[in-house]
Amino acid sequence: MKPAPFDYYAPTSLAEAAGLLARLDNAKLIAGGQSLGPMMNFRYVIADHLVDLGGIPEIAGIALAGETLRIGATTPQRELEFSDVVAQRCPLLKAALKHVGHRQTRNRGTFGGSVAHFDPASEQPMMCAAHDAVIEIASVRGTRRVPFAEFGVDFMTTALEPDEILAAIELPLWPQGHGWGFHEFARRHGDFAIVAAAALLALGPDGRIARASLTLAGVAVVPLRLREAEAALIGHAPEMAPIEAAADLAGAIAPLADIHASADYRRHLARILTGRALADAAARAAGRSVP
Amino acid sequence: MIAKRNISVEVNGALRQAEVEPRLTLADFLRHTLDLTGTHVGCEHGVCGACTVLVDGRSARSCLTFAVQVDGRAVTTIEGLGPGAGGLGVLQEAFQRHHALQCGFCTPGMLTTLTELLNDNPDPTEDEVREVITGNLCRCTGYAGIVAAALDAARRLREGEA
Ligand code: FES
Ligand code: FES
Repeated sequence: MKPAPFDYYAPTSLAEAAGLLARLDNAKLIAGGQSLGPMMNFRYVIADHLVDLGGIPEIAGIALAGETLRIGATTPQRELEFSDVVAQRCPLLKAALKHVGHRQTRNRGTFGGSVAHFDPASEQPMMCAAHDAVIEIASVRGTRRVPFAEFGVDFMTTALEPDEILAAIELPLWPQGHGWGFHEFARRHGDFAIVAAAALLALGPDGRIARASLTLAGVAVVPLRLREAEAALIGHAPEMAPIEAAADLAGAIAPLADIHASADYRRHLARILTGRALADAAARAAGRSVP
Repeated sequence: MIAKRNISVEVNGALRQAEVEPRLTLADFLRHTLDLTGTHVGCEHGVCGACTVLVDGRSARSCLTFAVQVDGRAVTTIEGLGPGAGGLGVLQEAFQRHHALQCGFCTPGMLTTLTELLNDNPDPTEDEVREVITGNLCRCTGYAGIVAAALDAARRLREGEA
């Protein structure tokens, strides 16, 4: 189908965009348009005004500031996928991005757009959860910074107010040499995850697990951090027994059921994929390469 | 009444100017405004890949791009892939040789997508070819001929066939 008529604006600064959003009724923001486009073509979304964020340099691009990776909201997924700093300092993000849509959609689709869209099966909000991201939000009222745990409210619902713009995502980086693993099951490569699992591990000087992050996507209305399983890993050597115990905890969640998969099947996938992601993370943390 | 906007876009090397409604997709701009019907429209919601074109050399779904968003940019469609005067490029010839098309509906999107791949990576593996065309559905060929054609074209381009 064709989208309903709308007026189009291409602001060149964040202040101008915020002003438009505050002033216009029934306005939508567009960045890459790879989620909004289909919704407009289906007329699930009928906007009177479309404000294009694509021409605003201050919210585009990747910057390393100390131990934080700052990702401008309109940075295309492709730029992150092929970024050297992401490959070196945030390899989990690079691995996850390979599962986001297809080459053509990653060329246009943006990281911030996906986080704001907040699909529960998307890898990008999941990466924010895994890294304890901070979301930078701008409006005519100023800028506020929201921890990701407070940003995700409910199914496809975030803490963004109607007049607010997601400007940037800050990912606190894990120490050099940390381990990571990412495994996803989807019906076709690039489709939304039925279940995806991400693991981050850092070892202490004694070679035992000092810090762990375990996240699932596709199982709940928001990306799910497995705090209990993370806690169970601390202090153990990165070996199969504690990994299997943590995977069992992942398999004990109460997931969503939908036309794609039953709750039972998602529980099964959560256990298996968490185990695989953790095994990869443990191997990498111990300096072994993973095929 | 929503005002039309003036855009100027370089399409297959030629500057084209038009007044368009903001809601006009790039696919419809190419097909209906410019009569470049080589770009196909299958699903209009980003799933099939038939509408793929190159925007500044990068593959993009023209059904999920508005014409106003490519103002000032360069767009390449299937009509612009060959050497001109109706001739076929190396990749197109490889498609012919390997029976990489039957009905041809997916072909413009396959060719634009694979053109970008071969520009980025002159020596792709079979897996890399298969991964990059996950965004393009073909209901006829079973993909084997398409993959073979892409690998063959890559080899010929590396060996300097113009
Ligand atoms: S018509 Fe654009 S992806 Fe199908
Ligand atoms: S040749 Fe018919 S869809 Fe691909």
